[in-house]
Amino acid sequence: MLAVLAQVSDFVAPNIDFHAFGPELALVGALVAVLVVDVIKPDGNNPFLSSIAGLGVLGALIPVITLATDGADRFLFDGAYVVDNFSLVLKALFLVSGYVVILMSTNYIAEGDYAEGEYYILLLSSLIGMTLMASARDLITVFIALELLSIPAYMLAGWRKRDLIGNEAGVKYYLMGVFASAVLLYGMSLLFGVAGDTRLTEIGQAIAGGAGETALITLAIVFVVVGFAFKVSAVPFHTWAPDVYEGAPTPITAFLAVASKAAGFVALLQVIYLAFPGRDDVIQPLMWVLAAATMTIGNLIALRQTNVVRLLAYSGVAQAGFILAPLSVASELSLQAVITYLVIYAAMNLGAFAAVIGIARKTRSAEITSFGGLFEYAPGLTVILSLFLFSLAGIPPLGGWLAKFVVFRALADANTASGYVMGAIVAVNSVIALYYYANVAREMWMKPVPDGDRSPVVVPFSIGAALALTVVATMAFGVSNLATRLGDQATFLAF
Amino acid sequence: MDFIQDWGLTAMVFAPLAGVAIMMLFPKDADDTHKVLALLTSLVTAAIGIAVLADFDYDDTGSLQFLRDNEWINVINSRFILGIDGLSVPLIALTLLITPLVIAYSWNHFPEPHNPKAFLSLILVLHTGMLGTFVAQDLILFFVFFEVVLLPMYFMIGVWGGPERQYASIKFFLYTLFGSALMLLSFLALFFLTGGETFSMVELAERVQGMDIARTTQLIVFGGMFMGFAIKVPMFPFHTWLPDAHTQAPTQGSVILAAVLLKLGTYGFIRVALPILPEAAQSWAPWIGGLAVIGIIYGALGCLAQTDMKRLIAFSSVAHMGYTMLGISTLTDFGLNAAVFGMVAHGLITGMLFFIAGSVKERYHTLEIKRLGGLLVSAPRLGWILGFCTMASLGLPGLAGFWGEFPAILAAYQPAEGLPVELFRGYMVVAAIGTVLAAGYLLWLYQRTAFGTVKDEFVDDPNIHDVNGPEWIAWTPLLALILILGVYPNLLFKVSDGSIVNVASQIAAATGN
Repeated sequence: MLAVLAQVSDFVAPNIDFHAFGPELALVGALVAVLVVDVIKPDGNNPFLSSIAGLGVLGALIPVITLATDGADRFLFDGAYVVDNFSLVLKALFLVSGYVVILMSTNYIAEGDYAEGEYYILLLSSLIGMTLMASARDLITVFIALELLSIPAYMLAGWRKRDLIGNEAGVKYYLMGVFASAVLLYGMSLLFGVAGDTRLTEIGQAIAGGAGETALITLAIVFVVVGFAFKVSAVPFHTWAPDVYEGAPTPITAFLAVASKAAGFVALLQVIYLAFPGRDDVIQPLMWVLAAATMTIGNLIALRQTNVVRLLAYSGVAQAGFILAPLSVASELSLQAVITYLVIYAAMNLGAFAAVIGIARKTRSAEITSFGGLFEYAPGLTVILSLFLFSLAGIPPLGGWLAKFVVFRALADANTASGYVMGAIVAVNSVIALYYYANVAREMWMKPVPDGDRSPVVVPFSIGAALALTVVATMAFGVSNLATRLGDQATFLAF
Repeated sequence: MDFIQDWGLTAMVFAPLAGVAIMMLFPKDADDTHKVLALLTSLVTAAIGIAVLADFDYDDTGSLQFLRDNEWINVINSRFILGIDGLSVPLIALTLLITPLVIAYSWNHFPEPHNPKAFLSLILVLHTGMLGTFVAQDLILFFVFFEVVLLPMYFMIGVWGGPERQYASIKFFLYTLFGSALMLLSFLALFFLTGGETFSMVELAERVQGMDIARTTQLIVFGGMFMGFAIKVPMFPFHTWLPDAHTQAPTQGSVILAAVLLKLGTYGFIRVALPILPEAAQSWAPWIGGLAVIGIIYGALGCLAQTDMKRLIAFSSVAHMGYTMLGISTLTDFGLNAAVFGMVAHGLITGMLFFIAGSVKERYHTLEIKRLGGLLVSAPRLGWILGFCTMASLGLPGLAGFWGEFPAILAAYQPAEGLPVELFRGYMVVAAIGTVLAAGYLLWLYQRTAFGTVKDEFVDDPNIHDVNGPEWIAWTPLLALILILGVYPNLLFKVSDGSIVNVASQIAAATGN
């Protein structure tokens, strides 16, 4: 007993900088508020819940802004948790994406007969995991953040519990996710064995200093990368994505396709740039193969899809390949390219899902053929969805072109044969992608209405707001330097 | 006039978008509101443009005026640089003229499925893209404007087009996108080859001269740009999208395509490809000239084989753009001036011909040449206008078409030094034969459609009437300009000459002659 007390007296409480935790604290506050309100008024639909969640997410943006204007870099817990420009840019990205997802969910969840309170609680938990991930610079923090964002997402994916496909989505996502976590954890344990430290920068120094056998380190790197490759749905770890995307509620699909995928990329960037900076010989070929396979296979399968949500799922796989491509020549420009791409991708892909949700409220289907002749009775939604689709295809002046441009630029800047070949693969894939995006646009603009039902589509206010936000962002990113500046500023502290 | 000096070009380029934004505020079924708004927007744009052109210093057409250089996307070193010189002015004037006329023509000639709001918005977005391309002085900005025209044209053909519209629209889209992808790669390569600091056209041209870039590299980079621009022109053998797009597009779309969009390609050659990579241009010139004369003959033969009036006019575009490209390939100031004149003349004349084809189609519900006939009997004024335009198109002296073709042919007699003279003289002969063929197919077209008697099925058809109000409004300026430029070509040559001489001397200096 005395011995234990003696040990306790050695314990020095870490100096916690609460300002640095501002965004997370605001989210936790919102989560508790949703919980309490749901308990007070438990029955059925409560219109306050989504508002509280939305306000909480917006409120969490305030500390992000104050931290950014404050400008000081913050190391917490001996560098296991860092607030630098990189983390702030990505926290802002996660929060804004989360807000748009809440806007998209409001009517969707209220109109289905499912519990609303739990939905927003889980969504907020997942968001907390993401904001943590942006700051995590330690294997254990990374792992905790990953699980915190994933486990609520497993439940959200299976949200439509009376629907067979919904159940399939939940179980599939869960099993595959746990498997990936196990692989990741094994890789992490190897890294810890080699470096004797869990902090990413320390691991980087240890590896650069020649610790451990090459084969062992290579194995560890591959395992860690594979663990995250699952999150970003890189081929061949993408097989869960289409089924989960189709079975999950569409707002959650958007959440998984944008925010959760971005979180996977954030983790990937952190380990690549901080923990493995000296091992380009392993990282670059690995990323090259992953990127080439991901964009090509994702695109080829997308060509054959007849359902818009599945099409967006496979196109999302292909887009993940585009985002991975600059990492095959890992440089400072690649980091910039990945972040810029993530920012622009979030705007246009969330927008595309919001438009599909809006349209599907009337067509009651996400089959592409059900979108026929949409231009005749819902010209606004048609124009908006077309903008997003052509932005995803990379047509100027919409945002997507700049995303592709920075990828090309990073690849060309490397001035290596593999970089140029990757550039050519990206170019060919962009043209393939255009075909299926244009195919959806053609259905909406040029085909007749399938069942002759031309009643107008009523777009609820919250979806209208989500569309307005994403349209403005998509257009603005294409003709201004907003996105590239974010990408430019999101540098690691220790980089 | 400070506002015009500083912001005139910017205001001109973005005014149509402001108009679109206003149109979005009105509901879809307010047809007349949208027509008025669109026309007003195009007139305001034209007014700003005229103010700019009036303030333009015509004694100094060789240098960039109204220069606007702002920060844009710093991270990729791209700047917002606008400016115009004697090369841009004629094309801007052409664009400013065509768009209001097309909107005026639309007043009572709406293609199915109607929807003026969407249709006119697309025309205005196109307007911004076209004007922007002609004023951008930064390669990335140029590229963005160059691509802005793609989507509106795709939808215009795909939604308001003829029976084969879906095929034609996607073919147009994929073809031009393929070219622009290669063009963008070339721009990026140029950027990195010159030290990765600027996309400014002027600076890039200087840097390329100051650096020792391997000849093969230059040739490949030029090749990428060539693909982008040649597909847009379109040059043989990349022309196959054009007959489909033109034939299927609604009249307004065909007119804009013919009058302005095709010029984006030839303009790109003179503005971007030649000044930045003069040495590569010299090596490519014989090939470009060769493809140009093949285009002339091929287009003419294609015309002779057509049974559809609109498709015939489309093929004649291939031939006419061949003359423009032949003028460019000589790399002399004479040839390049001819090319600029050819662009404007082709814009006016072929634009007019597509207008007429649209009006004929509306009256007869067919453009099959063998079912037409006796236009001079049933609609005499329309018949005479068609006659005037075919004469202009075949290059009759005294009308605008002559000054585009004849100097281009003449320029091939004495190409820039360093180019194979015998080869170009050969091209000259072939191009001259092309004019004979042009006279053949155009006169034959005229004979079959305007002369003779009205076919039985159309006798007493109440649908067939003579030229009406909106048509007069849309056509008169074009007809007048065809005549004025034909009688007094110096009006245009004087404007373009300054900057063309610059380009030609840059090429001459760089190639060591």
